[in-house]
Amino acid sequence: MSEKTPLLEMKNIRKDFFGNQVLTDINLTLQEGEVLGLVGENGAGKSTLMKILFGMDVIRDTGGYEGDILLNGQKVDFKTPFEALAAGIGMVHQEFSLIPGFTATENILLNREPKKKSVVSEIFGERLDVLNRKEMTAKSDAAIRKMGVQIDGNMVIHDMPVGHKQFTEIARELSKDQLKLLILDEPTAVLTEKEAEALLDSIRGMSAQGIAVIFITHRLQEILDVCDKVVIMRDGYVVEDVPSGETNITEITRKMVGRAVDTAAATDIRNNPDAPIAMSIRKLWVDMPGETVRNVSLDVREGEILGIGGLAGQGKLGIPNGIMGLYDAGGEVTLRGKKVPLNSPRECLNASMAFVSEDRRGVGLLLDETLEWNIAFPAMQIQNKFLKNYLGGLVKWRDEKAIHDVTQRYIDELAIKCTSSKQKAKELSGGNQQKVCLAKAFALEPGFLFVSEPTRGIDVGAKSLVLNALKKFNRESGVTIVMISSELEELRQTCDRIAIVSGGRVAGILPASESAEQFGLLMVSQVK
Amino acid sequence: MKEKMASFVASFGLPRLIITGFLLALFILAPIVGVDLPMQITNVINRFSWNAILVLAMVPMVHSGCGLNFGLPLGIISGLLGATMSLEFGFTGPMSFIMAVVISTPFALVLGMGYGALLNRIKGGEMMIATYVGFSSVSFMCMMWLLLPYHKADMVWGLAGKGLRTTISLEGYYDKVLSNFLQINIGKVSIPVGALLLFALLAFAMWAFLHTKTGTAMTAVGSNATFAKAAGIKVDKIRMLSVVMSTWLAAIGILVYEQGFGFIQLYMAPFYMALPAVSAILIGGASVNKATIMNVILGTFLFQGIVTMTPTVMNSVIHTDMSEVIRVIASNGMILYALTRRSEVTR
Repeated sequence: MSEKTPLLEMKNIRKDFFGNQVLTDINLTLQEGEVLGLVGENGAGKSTLMKILFGMDVIRDTGGYEGDILLNGQKVDFKTPFEALAAGIGMVHQEFSLIPGFTATENILLNREPKKKSVVSEIFGERLDVLNRKEMTAKSDAAIRKMGVQIDGNMVIHDMPVGHKQFTEIARELSKDQLKLLILDEPTAVLTEKEAEALLDSIRGMSAQGIAVIFITHRLQEILDVCDKVVIMRDGYVVEDVPSGETNITEITRKMVGRAVDTAAATDIRNNPDAPIAMSIRKLWVDMPGETVRNVSLDVREGEILGIGGLAGQGKLGIPNGIMGLYDAGGEVTLRGKKVPLNSPRECLNASMAFVSEDRRGVGLLLDETLEWNIAFPAMQIQNKFLKNYLGGLVKWRDEKAIHDVTQRYIDELAIKCTSSKQKAKELSGGNQQKVCLAKAFALEPGFLFVSEPTRGIDVGAKSLVLNALKKFNRESGVTIVMISSELEELRQTCDRIAIVSGGRVAGILPASESAEQFGLLMVSQVK
Repeated sequence: MKEKMASFVASFGLPRLIITGFLLALFILAPIVGVDLPMQITNVINRFSWNAILVLAMVPMVHSGCGLNFGLPLGIISGLLGATMSLEFGFTGPMSFIMAVVISTPFALVLGMGYGALLNRIKGGEMMIATYVGFSSVSFMCMMWLLLPYHKADMVWGLAGKGLRTTISLEGYYDKVLSNFLQINIGKVSIPVGALLLFALLAFAMWAFLHTKTGTAMTAVGSNATFAKAAGIKVDKIRMLSVVMSTWLAAIGILVYEQGFGFIQLYMAPFYMALPAVSAILIGGASVNKATIMNVILGTFLFQGIVTMTPTVMNSVIHTDMSEVIRVIASNGMILYALTRRSEVTR
């Protein structure tokens, strides 16, 4: 590009984990103030590359890497993240590394606080210096201002919404004077659309001040909005390195997955107002922390896929969790004319309802058990499937063969990638874990299925497989599905009708063919 | 070949391999330093038969996610109540053993239920609470052994005529009833078939239970309680069941221990019973959330083998009688080592 020495240059980076090649000949250059968007499916090698750059312990523990990293033309080899920090590289991780009980200011300047001398510290040395609160506030405010957002520096992290936590973490990096390069690893994954917008603005601001940014995200539109160039990785290779003006989402997606992904809106939306009501929900309230449902009344029609959307924290997740008895709930729910008792998971399951939870690792899976157990367990416990009866039903013996068969069937049907049906659930990737969760629900052969955030945290390729599996299940078995998702696009691709929840109430129900703007209006509307 | 070895080490576990190697070395060293090997082998097998059921008692609670049962003394106390009452009521010979089992069962069920209810209220801190349930129940019974109206002459203090003795001989009652049942003698090695058979029976029952619907639910509760709840399992009920099972097995376990040992030990004796059992199952390769029957068998054998063999062999090597000191060092060292190997479930 220019003749100037680039800020960062990575040359022929290779890395293998015990013979398993994860990065092959990676070349990257980054100029001062440039924003680089790094995209790729889960497991493409993005995180590993960033770990190498940041000098994380894992890299050295697993045998180091090959290739050169040049910073301002100087060859560097960071042994620890501290060296990387000192060289002006900052990294914001997916998980929050903040102290919950401290204020934003304290977190931002932790261990780098401006200090004042006092009588005691004159005698006993600088470890007893007093914090200079005034200067701390000034410094952290300056860092927050760099991002162009409003955060109260005195607010305790614990009380903050997720978005503010993310901003605090970025502010901590920004407050370092020597910062030249900032790595953001999926910073927008937990943010609402509005917060994400603010974050993108702040990235532009940083870039204007000469700070280079490497921005990793699954949300491709953001890449196009904010980045100067896009680097696409697949299976450990850089498959594309282009200025962002010369590409588009379809192009990026195709390169990422190496195959065409169907991103068009659904064409087979069915709208059948005459269909009988399958489930009717009246005056439902659910006490789920962070997702309170206040007063929801909703009718689900037989055989449809009803989407429930809305912004984070508005209560859309509370609806299935409340009805399925995982959180305290009240109100009236009837399924095909029969009343569903609330606060009792067993009764719901007996009524042939099933639920795929948004919390895969916490609720959805037995991580330490085999796929066979994961898939067969609920059906075994609730419907006495996969059991052999001895002594007149006194002894209910696990039928390992039946369990194996049903698991194998779903592995084939849903194309679950695994070494065998005996593999542990924790060893699978996010997308495949989600498929196991679906298989678990399918094995119950439910008459009514709740699916909550089915694509959270999984990559584009796996996403469409999961959504297609759901749609196929609905179309072929005629099972009524209620699907809850934060991503409007995926709701519009999959559902027949979409209800938008705002403030714990239903703001409106529209057919999926309605324009995105209409749904957007509902999301931000205040329902009284 | 090399790969095969590596995968074997990985599945068997390096620490267990080292302990097994050490035990083998002891067996090889024994005749060289002049230890009576057949007698030592008999000892190890006997100690295995006394302790195995107490170790088996760990399994249900591990499966249901209640952790290792440090509250084992509670079950042991049920067993002791059954044992002393059976003697007090005048049963003798094999009948006294059967009656001890019968009488201790209701105590184990009731105490187990109370213990289970307590553990259901403090999910997450089970092992700490369990330890203190064990300690306090032992202390409480220290008073009770004195106060309860026992009168049988060969059980109470000679001079006072009341209050149970610390050690009660089982001669004429159920001393060695199981060990001598179908006993096999090969040269100088004798095998207590009866006691081993009872353990095999209980171990088989446990293995079978874990293959039933309820047993599967128990494992699932231990693996992920929220998952189980979402699948319609009544988590508290399953946990309660596991605690009752564990307590009852501990009661039976102590009775089998007594018949082999030949004495009932009261007062502070149950205090020290939990840790060896916990260590044995950990050395056998169990974790806080996973345990198999194989872990029980292997762990009991390794633990008891080391504890029996180390002092004898060491004594013969250094020619002074330090057996008690070495036994304490070896057994507590094993416990310490085992506890450091505790591994938790993935979340």
